[in-house]
Amino acid sequence: MKYVDEFRDAATVQALAERIAQSATRNWTLMEVCGGQTHAIVKHGLDRLLPPSLTLIHGPGCPVCVTPQHVIDQALSLAQRPEVIFCSFGDMLRVPGSHTDLQSIKAQGGDVRMVYSPVDAVTLARQNPGREVVFFAVGFETTAPATALAARQARALNLDNFSLLVAHVCVPPALQALLSTPDNRMQGLLAAGHVCAVMGYWEYQPIVESFHVPIVVTGFEPVDILRGVLACVEELERGEATVVNAYARAVTREGNVPAQQLLKEVFEPVDLAWRGLGTIPLSGLGLAPSYRRFDAAERFETAGLVSSESALCRSGEVLTGRLDPRQCPAFGKECTPDTPLGATMVSSEGACAAYYRYRHGQ
Amino acid sequence: MANNELFPACPLPIGQYAHAVLGHGGGGRLMQQLLEKLIRPALDNPWLEQRHDSAVLECGGTRLAFTTDAYVVKPLFFPGGDIGKLAACGTLNDLAMSGARPLYLSAALIIEEGFPFDALQTVLTSLNAVAQAAGVAVVTGDTKVVERGKGDGLYITTSGIGLIDHALSIAPRSIRPGDAILVNGDIGRHGVAILSARESLGFETSIQSDCADLSSLVGELIAAGCEIHCLRDLTRGGLGAALLELARDAGLDMELGEAAIPVSEAVRSACEILGLDPLYVANEGRMAIFVPEAHAETALALLDRHPLGQGANRIGRVRDAGRGQVGLRTSFGVERLLDLPSGEQLPRIC
Repeated sequence: MKYVDEFRDAATVQALAERIAQSATRNWTLMEVCGGQTHAIVKHGLDRLLPPSLTLIHGPGCPVCVTPQHVIDQALSLAQRPEVIFCSFGDMLRVPGSHTDLQSIKAQGGDVRMVYSPVDAVTLARQNPGREVVFFAVGFETTAPATALAARQARALNLDNFSLLVAHVCVPPALQALLSTPDNRMQGLLAAGHVCAVMGYWEYQPIVESFHVPIVVTGFEPVDILRGVLACVEELERGEATVVNAYARAVTREGNVPAQQLLKEVFEPVDLAWRGLGTIPLSGLGLAPSYRRFDAAERFETAGLVSSESALCRSGEVLTGRLDPRQCPAFGKECTPDTPLGATMVSSEGACAAYYRYRHGQ
Repeated sequence: MANNELFPACPLPIGQYAHAVLGHGGGGRLMQQLLEKLIRPALDNPWLEQRHDSAVLECGGTRLAFTTDAYVVKPLFFPGGDIGKLAACGTLNDLAMSGARPLYLSAALIIEEGFPFDALQTVLTSLNAVAQAAGVAVVTGDTKVVERGKGDGLYITTSGIGLIDHALSIAPRSIRPGDAILVNGDIGRHGVAILSARESLGFETSIQSDCADLSSLVGELIAAGCEIHCLRDLTRGGLGAALLELARDAGLDMELGEAAIPVSEAVRSACEILGLDPLYVANEGRMAIFVPEAHAETALALLDRHPLGQGANRIGRVRDAGRGQVGLRTSFGVERLLDLPSGEQLPRIC
């Protein structure tokens, strides 16, 4: 398969692993930002090809995982309303709220639909004028443009039965928050290539300057990831901290400018609570005033929800790279993909799920 | 708790759910929990403990295989088949997995009010064509009509009886250390064909379901003297779930070579786009074949000559001991363990 096979080529991977081992003369700790990268690393065993001097810690880049409990509970409460067709990406269906999950609500009669694109939810709203169609808009800058497109369509069609429960999050403010924590261990960052395909990497320049930490734009295939690691190690060994693009086949400095303009038109930056990171100023996307009539949180009364999280779940520490999933006392015991205590065990990008799926029992 | 004593028949909780969710039918861990914690205890008997696709019954000195399967596929018509073909092939395959020669089938139809008769005619013609090609007849059946909205057009349940007229015991407990593990072709076609036929995905592909009756192929392998230890068709949950179940039931570990597992370019591409792992995607005409190492080449040579064995390959072996784990050696020389998915594979966000 073109564009896949050459980036999973065993000889290229081995050669890169050797170059990394030769380049790393000291101990370095890198964080891969995106949960998709975490899964690729654990699935392909890339961490086992790296020299012991390198430590990879797993970042917060899992949109399902960082969505705070009260927003999940809000979603579940909307999905239970009889007039609502609740549309969600598949990943969200099994994420536990305080009391239930979307899959259970569906089993008990809630109209929960899995969609691939927010635009499908707009189509559903047109087809079901007597129902309220709500799309659960989660994700980073990767999924936000599609939500923006859906909002723009809904406005053009003047739909009054379509709304969005928005919990979109942005990467750069989260990185700044992580790098600002007093116990930060990260010396270099592998940025998420798909986010950069949309946003470019110009946003990272101020971050490398303030924190003196190299940021390498990195893809998702084994060869891409090791190229990112190598570039990051080389930066660190040279004592440099710049933004390096190791995913040039997909990413330019400017990114996808029309998508960025779409985001600007539909959204505005808002303060947002992240699971594990707390409230980060201007780290989320809220609907701009001209689109606010599509805000499900305003359209439906959800006040009075009381959220609670498992006392055993330490997903906050996992999401900030402070805890290896396997060090969590509940890992594989109270918490499994069948009985998840937190989103990091359910999501296809969650770090706990990656270790359970590919390493549990080894 | 004292209250529980009042309800001795209730073995709940099954995992965290007190009711069925779709994942309980997905061929993964949730389904295993439902089977192990509720269904098996409720129906407990030694034949169920054979843990195979069909039960092998001793009857007046002959061995019969008996199986039943319900078909609820959506859409009813998909590239490479329809629910009728599936209902015949699936049950014939479940018989074949015990090494049985199929004798008779039954079919029960649950028809939703409003379902067009021309579609029903097409489905039954497909079903009967597969049965006739296998040399069997649908000798009994049942028909029910349910209210509009209470069924997805048409559900079919078929049962089958087959005769085991050889001395082999083809079952999970017959798997032995050192057995070669073969598959009869590339995996994942059926699941991807079904997904592509669901309008909501807006996803087009030329992939056809691999839906096929494997009973004649199995018969030829046995006739050629292949000492088959076990067979398992790779339906819901795909190759991964099938091997994990067998490893558990045999109490042995297995090792697979990732590069040896045949996956077509089209299925790989579709799975990449949809975020699915082909290892866990359903097949309807593929099986894993466990044979002693000494018989592996004979079996592969026969598969190569058979239309349903095109693309067959040796994908791994059974280890000398273990506790039911399946290891996958990646092309980078790193081994990872396969894990049963929880329920259905859910497409990812980004």
